[in-house]
Amino acid sequence: MTNAVEISNVIFQWPTGKTPVLDIPEFSVGTGERLFVSGSSGSGKTTLLNLLGGVAVPDSGAVSVLGTRLDKLSSAQRDSFRADHVGVIFQLFNLVPYLSLVENVLLPCRFSARRAAQATATDGDPVSAARRLLSRMGLSSDLFAGRSVTDLSVGQQQRVAAARALIGAPELLVADEPTSALDEDARQSLLDLLFESVAAEGQTLILVSHDRRLEAMFDRHVVLADLNHAAIRQVPE
Amino acid sequence: MKTVVALAFRSLISRSATVMLSVAAIAVSVTLLLGVERIRTETRNSFANTISGTDLVVGARSGSIPLLLYSVFRIGNATNNISWQSYRELASDPAVAWTIPLSLGDSHRGFRVLGTNTDYFQYFRYARTRSLSFTEGKRFDDVFDAVLGAEVADALGYSVGDQVVIDHGVGRIGFASHKDKPFRVSGILARTGTPVDRTVHVSLGGIEAIHIDWRSGAPVPGLRIDAERVRGMDLQPRAITAFMVGLKSRFATFTVQRKINEYRPEPLLAILPGVALQELWSLMGTAERALSAISVFVVVTGLIGMVTMLLSGLNERRREMAILRAVGARPAHIFSLFLLEAAFIAALGAVLGLGLLYLLLGVAQPVIESTYGLFIAIGAPTSTDLIYLGAVIVAGVLAGIVPAFRAVRLSLADGIIVRS
Repeated sequence: MTNAVEISNVIFQWPTGKTPVLDIPEFSVGTGERLFVSGSSGSGKTTLLNLLGGVAVPDSGAVSVLGTRLDKLSSAQRDSFRADHVGVIFQLFNLVPYLSLVENVLLPCRFSARRAAQATATDGDPVSAARRLLSRMGLSSDLFAGRSVTDLSVGQQQRVAAARALIGAPELLVADEPTSALDEDARQSLLDLLFESVAAEGQTLILVSHDRRLEAMFDRHVVLADLNHAAIRQVPE
Repeated sequence: MKTVVALAFRSLISRSATVMLSVAAIAVSVTLLLGVERIRTETRNSFANTISGTDLVVGARSGSIPLLLYSVFRIGNATNNISWQSYRELASDPAVAWTIPLSLGDSHRGFRVLGTNTDYFQYFRYARTRSLSFTEGKRFDDVFDAVLGAEVADALGYSVGDQVVIDHGVGRIGFASHKDKPFRVSGILARTGTPVDRTVHVSLGGIEAIHIDWRSGAPVPGLRIDAERVRGMDLQPRAITAFMVGLKSRFATFTVQRKINEYRPEPLLAILPGVALQELWSLMGTAERALSAISVFVVVTGLIGMVTMLLSGLNERRREMAILRAVGARPAHIFSLFLLEAAFIAALGAVLGLGLLYLLLGVAQPVIESTYGLFIAIGAPTSTDLIYLGAVIVAGVLAGIVPAFRAVRLSLADGIIVRS
């Protein structure tokens, strides 16, 4: 089985920066693996996620996701690769404020025909898939109708974001501090729901957080500072 | 693309309060732009329509524009008169088909009184080929008959048979009036959209009759000739203010014009009304162009307002853009999202502006017509209107490039993770 993510000899530097932000000689994540990456701010976390999402490309080295060399693709190809294969959950403000819950969840299907097709394959049509995922996230259907997403609690918003990351079953899920704004109960329930889906679909999950308490729930844990040789020299932002 | 159109639409609706302000600014500016254009065209048309079919206008020697103003537009006063003898002599030129004598100087409650003869009703043309017609009554027949323009009758509520007292002079309220010799309304003319509507027409004899016991602009003390006795007197005028000339052949125009301008017995001026109208219009053209320029700048201001609104919202929308990028939106999508928002605002503003124009025209049309004698037709949008609307929308889209471009730059810098 191939690895979901393989990074080798990656150097990334901002155009204005003097020293690299990211210098990762070797990093890989197995398919279906649940990886916990811990790192304080300034350890290159943001850049790593942008690399995995294909928004940024390294100055040198190889970034391989699901067997595709992202660094070899054009930016448009990377954009559609991300739409097709990567689900992203942010720390906060995950939702487009002027769209409804269901429309927010449906967004990836709008930009990726592949994910729309997969959602249709599992649930008949993308809207049903969105509703099923929202219910699985414990959001009752009376929340769906006519409610503005900004009325939701942070915990509820994060679950909508999780449903959006999961729709159309992308192979790789990337989460950036998804629980840091949540209280303990909400944190636990979000992670449970996430793990449950990942287990069912066989997806690879990479979760970045500085909250070491989460560590035990994952298959593997890496410290970004160990991975990223550049981080040692970095002054925190 | 369908997705982006839907996103742009939803995004605008969610900010409808600020968006509507931008739309309103553009709508008002578009109304101004189209309104100025419309009034310009209508004024020009109505202007060119005030006199037609007349080859020459003749008056005492002054400038061509003053002559045109007092003889055709009933604005201002003549500096001198033409003697009846000269008029008869020139009118009998073999090249001349007809003449209309004009005698001005009196008024009725602010409306000018024109002394003329019945040739006026026969030969006067406006709006290319239209001749005067009566809505009520008939031409003047008696010395003390008066024919009212449509506006005079409307404004003062006269109908046939009513009495009209002519004031001496042309002030709004004359110092002296000819109340000893009242006129009777014999007819009312149909609306023409020209100064005719604001004119009281009487016979030359009528003008002579009311001044028969006057000398140098005042009644002669002790001399009172009542209306009945006047009828029996010789009412041939000694002078007229101006006259209009129709020629048998247009080719004779310049020959006759030269002949009149070189007329020895008294200094006269003959003008081609079309040329004088052009001259007058080009004088007003400067103001007209200034108005157009102002309205274009108002549209630009409206568009700047829109760009300001879109730009000021950008920072708050960085997360939204990051989300869209994360779910697979390309920079081109972000660019089109902002461009479409600008296009929607501009297009909605343009359409509402057109609607507002029609609303205002509907309300203002009767007022403009009665106040300025300018009839503004309310028809389908002209091709000029559509070109202007198109230009506003295109300008809106072009203006939208600024925030769209900035949005893409921000979004590329942010990636999918926006630092909080």
